[in-house]
Order: sequence, then C-alpha cells, then structure tokens
Amino acid sequence: MAKSALLKSSIAKKYWMAFTGLFLCLFLAGHLAGNLQLLVPNNALNFNKYALFMTTNPAVKILSYVTYLSIIFHAIDGIMLTIQNKKARPIGYAKTDGSSSSFASRNMAVLGTLILVFIVTHMVNFWAKMHFDQNMPLQTITVEVMGQKQELYMMTNDGYMATAQVAKTKEEATKTGAQVYIKNRTEFYNTQADVKVGEGYKDLYKITVAFFKHPKYGLIATILYVVAMGVLAFHLLHGFQSAFQSMGLNSSSWTPKIKLFGKLFAIIVPILFAIIPLYIHFILK
Amino acid sequence: MSAAKNININLKIWRQKNAKTKGKIETYKLDNVSTASSFLEMLDQLNEQLVNERKEPVAFDHDCREGICGMCSLFINGRAHGPDTGITTCQLHMRMFKDGDTIFVEPWRSKAFPVIKDLVVDRSSFDRIQQAGGFVSVNTSGRTMDANAIPIPKPDADKSFEAAACIGCGACVATCKNGSAMLFVGAKVSQYALLPQGKVEATQRVLNMVRQMDEEGFGNCTNTGACEVECPKGISLENIARMNREYLKASLK
Repeated sequence: MAKSALLKSSIAKKYWMAFTGLFLCLFLAGHLAGNLQLLVPNNALNFNKYALFMTTNPAVKILSYVTYLSIIFHAIDGIMLTIQNKKARPIGYAKTDGSSSSFASRNMAVLGTLILVFIVTHMVNFWAKMHFDQNMPLQTITVEVMGQKQELYMMTNDGYMATAQVAKTKEEATKTGAQVYIKNRTEFYNTQADVKVGEGYKDLYKITVAFFKHPKYGLIATILYVVAMGVLAFHLLHGFQSAFQSMGLNSSSWTPKIKLFGKLFAIIVPILFAIIPLYIHFILK
Repeated sequence: MSAAKNININLKIWRQKNAKTKGKIETYKLDNVSTASSFLEMLDQLNEQLVNERKEPVAFDHDCREGICGMCSLFINGRAHGPDTGITTCQLHMRMFKDGDTIFVEPWRSKAFPVIKDLVVDRSSFDRIQQAGGFVSVNTSGRTMDANAIPIPKPDADKSFEAAACIGCGACVATCKNGSAMLFVGAKVSQYALLPQGKVEATQRVLNMVRQMDEEGFGNCTNTGACEVECPKGISLENIARMNREYLKASLK
C-alpha cells in the first residue's frame, strides 16, 4: 500500500514533479554559472576547458544523466497529470473568470511544453554538436611569429601545434606528408609512429558565437532564445514556490521567504541567461 | 447602505433534464428583481415566473440559506458562489449586479460531481472520501472520556477549528482548473491531524482518504490557489501542504 502510494497517487505525482523541478532549478543555476563565462572577454580557451571538464569528468557525467532523467520524468509526469486533470472536468464552463489564480499557475503545461521544445532544439544546436558532430572545430589561436601570422591548435597538455602541420585524416596525411593527423575528432596522432601525441579542445566557444552571429539566422536565434527565457521565467515564477507547497513545506514563517526567493530566482536567472546571446549578437566583435 | 431598488436582468442558465440527457444553456429575462434579495430568492422569483408560464422550474440545491450547510452551489459568472469572496450563494445578494446584467448560472463542473438535474449535482463523492477516513474511532458506549481532559495547545486547536470550518460545499473543486478536491481533503485530514485524538488513525486516514479522492476522479493540485480564494469558509492552502506532509509521512511508514 505504502509503496504504491509513493508512485501512483495524485500526491505522489506532485512530489516527483516538485522534486525533479527543484533539481532542475539547481541545474539551471549551475548551467548559468558556466554560460556566464561567455561574457568574459578573450575567454575562449577557459570556456572550452570548462566545456571539456563538463563533458568528461565522471562526477559531472553522473550528474548530467540525473539531469536528463529529471527532464524526462518531469515532462512525462506533467503530461500524465495534465491528462488526468482534463479528465476530471469532462464538460467545461460556458463562462470562466481567471481572477482567482495567476496566469502562470493556470498554464504550467503549455509553458512546460514550450520549454521542452526549447530544450530539444538547444541540445541539437549545442549538446549534440559537442558530443557527436564529426566536424566540430578544434580550438586554435593566431600568433605572430617573426611578422608572420600563424594558426596554432591549443592542446590539453598546454602545448600547441601549428595547424599547417596537421592533416584532417590519416589518408590526407599520407598524401601531403603531414607529420600529424587528427583521430577520434580531438586526438593528434603522429603519422609515422601512429601514436597519440596530444589532444585538442573542441571549440564550443566558436560554435556558440557563430550560432548567435550567423548572418542569416543569428538574429532570429537570439530572439527565440530570449523568448524561451521569458517562458522559463513564467514557468519558474509559479513552479519554484509551488514545489515547496507540493512537498508539504508551507508555514507562515517560511513560505513568504520561499515565495520571495522563488520570484527573484525566476526573474534573475532567465535574464542572465538571455543577456548572453544578446551580448554575442549585438556587442561582441 | 443605499436603498434597495429593482433591476432587470438576463439569465443564462444550464438546463438539463436528468443525468442521462445532454443539457444546454437557456436564456431567461427576469424583471423587477430587488437588489435586497439574495441570489437564491432571485431564482425563486424566476421559478415562480416559469411556473406561471407553465414551464419547468429550474432545479437548484439549497437548504439552510444562512451560509452554513454547504448545500447551495452554483457557478455564477465564472466564479464559484458568484462575484464576492467568503460567501456561499445564499449569502450572495443581487446588489452585486447591475440593471441589464447578463448572469451565467452553471452547475459545479467535475467528473466526480455528476449533474442530477439542471444546477443540482451529486456531491456524494465527498461523503465517500469522508467515510474513508474522516473520523476518529471513539467508544460511545456511555463511558466516553471528556474531550477537554486532553490538553491541546491553543494554536493547534485554532488551526484544527479553522480546518473544521469546511462545509463540504465543493466550491474548491468547482473553481479549480483541474477539478481537484485537495482543499476539501486537506481540510478534513488537517482537522484531525492537528489533534491528539486524531493521531491514532493518522496514517491510515490520509492514505485512505487520498486513495478514495483519486478513485472518485478528482484532478490534481497545481497550487494555483484559486480554491483558497473561492472557499466560503476561508480554508487555507496550508491545509493542502499539511495533507502532503501527512501523506509523505504515512507512505514512508
């Protein structure tokens, strides 16, 4: 009895909604901290180092799987709750008056669906490229050596390698006689000995800047991103404090503080997220 | 207080012959309604007019007509118990309306509150939830202990009393966008959970009442807070949180 009560009942569904929702709020805060590095001038290398850490560190990996699961669970649970809620009123009212509740609280399912669409497109644009794109560029820097400009690959062991010496594939290397070729997207291999000599950074910074500065789609991407953050703000405006109520945490001393914090979180976090593409599109040279 | 005057109104009322037939909104014109009359008296006046016209009068729930029995329902102009807060429909007065107003009158809409006729709905689902756990088992053989013999902190007694003020009218379900009964069940769970007498059966009570609530087909709580606004007895959302707490405690046992 007690076990099924924690999975199937109406209240249990709300616990899970609240629990996954609050975890995703933590994720948002962490994700924001990472993204804000994009606002620091000349920070491409640090940002790419951070991106490498976030995609390879085992602890972060576990955390990211929990995040994927939370998103999926939050969405499925939300859909199930919404279906049940629609069924609970088969015949609607001819006239309704929304004055007794807030816009956000009445539209959490719609707002959530829009956020899910955003998450999917966002993951296709950045996450999938980072994880699977075979043509993901590696980070380079341009230096002047004796009056001549030279492009260098930055390496994870703090070394560097001239891009002119590196072939894209082994076949290309044997044709051109390049000493080094790239294997497995990021690894530098010595052509003759066929041993790994180092590794480059995936240039997520470049991908991100190119995405929001795209001559054709950069502006629309920036606008859609900002709109999505607006949707997120409304979702959080109700969701944050609502999660505490669902978990049974409501008291005359704590609830006003939770509500205030939730409001600040719901407004500040999406604004900070939205500033980044605006900065890249309109200000960054 | 300004003197009462007479107004003319248009009514759009849900008419449904019985539980099995499909209903629809019918329009009625009613003249010379005193603003001093209650909403239910206005419906009485309409029914008199309908009877004189040899038409079927509108069926609606009512009993005490002093805001305590929870019998009168009615979703008036998009709000449970009409355009005022902290009242039942019998406490709603026609002074809240203006001459020439069109007033929508609909029954509570919920799968768990099927329409019996016109504006009358079957709220026995609330009774079944109450029967599932909304009680304390006390030996009433004649040797009942005096309730006041158990010391109870005043704040707890007050909160329990506030929860117990619920009259089971169903306005919370009617106004909730999800047709959720959690304010009702939250109040009923809280009123016992706060008192030592209720602690004995606390675990089974909350599990059974919530299970019955789910079985009746009520929706889930989205914490919109609409129920709290429309509750004629001012039952607070705190009671839903307390039920959520009690349920978590009971589930982990």
